[in-house]
Amino acid sequence: MSHHIVETRHLKHIYPDGTIALKDVSFRIEHGESVGIIGANGAGKSTLLLHLNGYLTATSGEIIIGDDPLTKQNLAVIRRTVGMVFQDPDDQLFMPTVFDDVAFGPINLGLSRAEIETRVSEALSRVEAGALRDKPPYHLSCGEKKRVAIATVLSMLPEILVLDEPTNGLDPYARRLLIALLKGFHHTRIVTSHDLDMIFELCERTIVLHEGEVMADGPTLEIFRDNALLDTCRLEKPLAMQGCPVCSPEHRPLPKKPPLVEPHSRKPHQHNH
Amino acid sequence: MLAIDGSFLDFKQLDLLALRQTAVHRLDPRAKVLTTLCFIVCVVSFDKYQISALLPFLIYPVTLIAVGDLPPGYILRKMLFVLPFALLVGLFNPIFDRQVILQIGPLDIWGGWVSCLSILLRAILTASAAIILVAITGFPAICEALEKLKMPQAFAVQLLFLYRYIFVLTDEGVRTARARQLRTFGRRGLDLRHFSSLVGHLLLRTWERAERIHMAMLARGFSGEVHSTHKQSHFGKPELIFTVCWVALFILLRLYNAPQLLGSLFTGSMQ
Repeated sequence: MSHHIVETRHLKHIYPDGTIALKDVSFRIEHGESVGIIGANGAGKSTLLLHLNGYLTATSGEIIIGDDPLTKQNLAVIRRTVGMVFQDPDDQLFMPTVFDDVAFGPINLGLSRAEIETRVSEALSRVEAGALRDKPPYHLSCGEKKRVAIATVLSMLPEILVLDEPTNGLDPYARRLLIALLKGFHHTRIVTSHDLDMIFELCERTIVLHEGEVMADGPTLEIFRDNALLDTCRLEKPLAMQGCPVCSPEHRPLPKKPPLVEPHSRKPHQHNH
Repeated sequence: MLAIDGSFLDFKQLDLLALRQTAVHRLDPRAKVLTTLCFIVCVVSFDKYQISALLPFLIYPVTLIAVGDLPPGYILRKMLFVLPFALLVGLFNPIFDRQVILQIGPLDIWGGWVSCLSILLRAILTASAAIILVAITGFPAICEALEKLKMPQAFAVQLLFLYRYIFVLTDEGVRTARARQLRTFGRRGLDLRHFSSLVGHLLLRTWERAERIHMAMLARGFSGEVHSTHKQSHFGKPELIFTVCWVALFILLRLYNAPQLLGSLFTGSMQ
């Protein structure tokens, strides 16, 4: 079962334009863990994810999936092991129908027709999208697209699921459905998001990235209790951990900041035209 | 902008029509593609003043609409979208071609008018044939048929992607145009500088999306070939009959001017 382990050692990535996206990232995620990766915009989350299935090559450092370090030779195996669900489902669903899309991975694995059929049916029923199988992707709602996008990865039977902003753009109900769905998975899960409440609910462990480095790595509850850490990393407690703004007296008001734009004076505007 | 938006979104209706199960829907896509191709070649190969011989070709779209259980109003509206372009092509014919080729009483009819009408008629015929083909076959199946007819796979995949992402792209284009419109405060027109920047941004964004799609494909084991999983269809007897009968009819109508023959038959019998 050691296939489910994800480890990075001193990962560093510098983009061709000189931007240092990752400075030094090391962590080890064990079998069956559900880990949230959070951080401000530009902290390096997306860059990190793209390393995990070998789309980007590290400038230095290494990535170990299962027992083996990721190399050009075992890329195919790694990509089957690490199922990557992208942020925008329109990028992930590129075939004419939902069925074709979910079957895309299994076909590339060279499976038999019957096997493809069962894999697709299983993956679709796993995300409760069996009824959508013959629809073209642009006929789906955003929530349906997200679920089908997850099915396209599930059909390859990955051991590790990597999800980039899974709840982005969903209405509250669709978001609930998706969280419940993800909770039911037994895979090793790595989730990045700005939806901290979802991370709070879904992940027992959280890694905080800040300017390309791991600032903290530990139980989610501890991380979200550390106000100083959250402040430096431009994060905030999940709403579920904040006091109710209406009825709780100990509710911590947001710090008063000067407005970005000077308020208009009471005098009427003077137009110069 | 809204009009374009609406008509593009309406293409989804074509997909739904393609899901119907009539006799023509069930035919192998190759038969329909070949027949339509033949139809188009016959229609466009007439000389430029031809009108009467084109009219009998209307039988093909009309029959398919009837047998394929397609809504005629919808197909007609789709065609109206194409007609302005055809009109643009034929617009200058009446100005440049003033040779009188027909006289109805005191009225001189210039060759330009006749050829303009001929262009419009051809546009109606070919556009309706193409729209009907998509409505009774479905775009992915057409691509597959073309591939089976030995078109290189790269083109087929290109077409599929075009069809898949045209909606996403128009969506993006419409949103950008709207954002611009909301900040122009009624100033009409779009000057070249802004237009080029707008289109440039759209291109860059499309490029980025293409990269992300490629990423998503690689993540699922893409190795350069797209396999499809459509039902194995078979080019059998019904397909053969469909193709041969229609093609034979097209060739006959191409070689003999049916309305003229009919007319001479009547006038001949009346003498």
